[in-house]
Amino acid sequence: MRKIKVRRKILIANEEYAAKNRAFLKERKLPCLNVISSPGSGKTTLLAKTIEMLKGKLYIGVIEGDIQTDIDAKRIRKAGAPAHQIVTDGACHLSAAQISQAFHKLPIDRLDLLIVENVGNLVCPSTFDLGETDKIAVLSVPEGDDKPAKYPMIFARAAAVLINKIDLLKATNFSIKRVRADISKLNKSTKIFLVSAKTGKGMKQWCDWLENLADNKRKKLLKKTRRLQ
Amino acid sequence: MHEATVAQFILEAISAEAKKQKARPIAAKISCGVFNAINTESLKFAFEAISEDTVCKNLKLNIEQKPIKAKCKKCRSTFEFNLHESKCPKCRHDDFELLPDAPLLLEEITFEDK
Repeated sequence: MRKIKVRRKILIANEEYAAKNRAFLKERKLPCLNVISSPGSGKTTLLAKTIEMLKGKLYIGVIEGDIQTDIDAKRIRKAGAPAHQIVTDGACHLSAAQISQAFHKLPIDRLDLLIVENVGNLVCPSTFDLGETDKIAVLSVPEGDDKPAKYPMIFARAAAVLINKIDLLKATNFSIKRVRADISKLNKSTKIFLVSAKTGKGMKQWCDWLENLADNKRKKLLKKTRRLQ
Repeated sequence: MHEATVAQFILEAISAEAKKQKARPIAAKISCGVFNAINTESLKFAFEAISEDTVCKNLKLNIEQKPIKAKCKKCRSTFEFNLHESKCPKCRHDDFELLPDAPLLLEEITFEDK
């Protein structure tokens, strides 16, 4: 028997594409958010509402990932934003290679913000780096308040967590206090938004944060470019 | 759920090495951080299924799960993160930064003697 040390990264192909994507976005000063949640948390409704509310302020492009159909991309286009649908044909997550191909299906050089709506799944998408600037987690009230404790990976790495469908709070025993406490055990700097994409409650704070994020990213990147000149 | 994808990458990496070594691989050691969300049993099952007609048939996969580490923002010490006791074990401060998860790594391969 002979043992050979390899020490090779298994997901190296994905990491290389993610690094390329990161460089591509940086060059264009374009912030990119990777939105992750369970199926049915209301991600698409939330994005459609966000696009409508930020119309004229931020030009948002969306990459949609789903196992089947282009229903989501159609809904986003209806809300007024360019969208490209990736159909994963059974795969439980988007890969960085798929994203790099999708860039060119959007008017990428005119966008202020790129949003990737990942395949509905709280586990796998959080382990595949797409080269995004930030990860965003969405958790909806009917899913239950134990999700950050059960699926810590995404909540630990998210820049912001949106708790959606707060209009249903009264119908459930969902505790916002518990969710806040569990998320803060993982990551104290995560911003938490309580929203209802349906009624519009809390959406302004979220949209303001997005606008700020896009502005700051651009300013920061502009400063860097100036310093280099 | 993504164990099948991961198993495919592992199979490709081991097969490539086997070709180089011109020997039959009989065991391999994989390591990964717990936040990679790799289920040990699922990965073994997926690997067994896809390696059926390859040089890796009957190969024994040994998977080591590595804990995630955190760095205290107060005393700057590094410790193993535990969700149920999320405080710095040294100074009891509860604000810390989770460090990047250990990557999925193919550590070593054992080959049959020629």
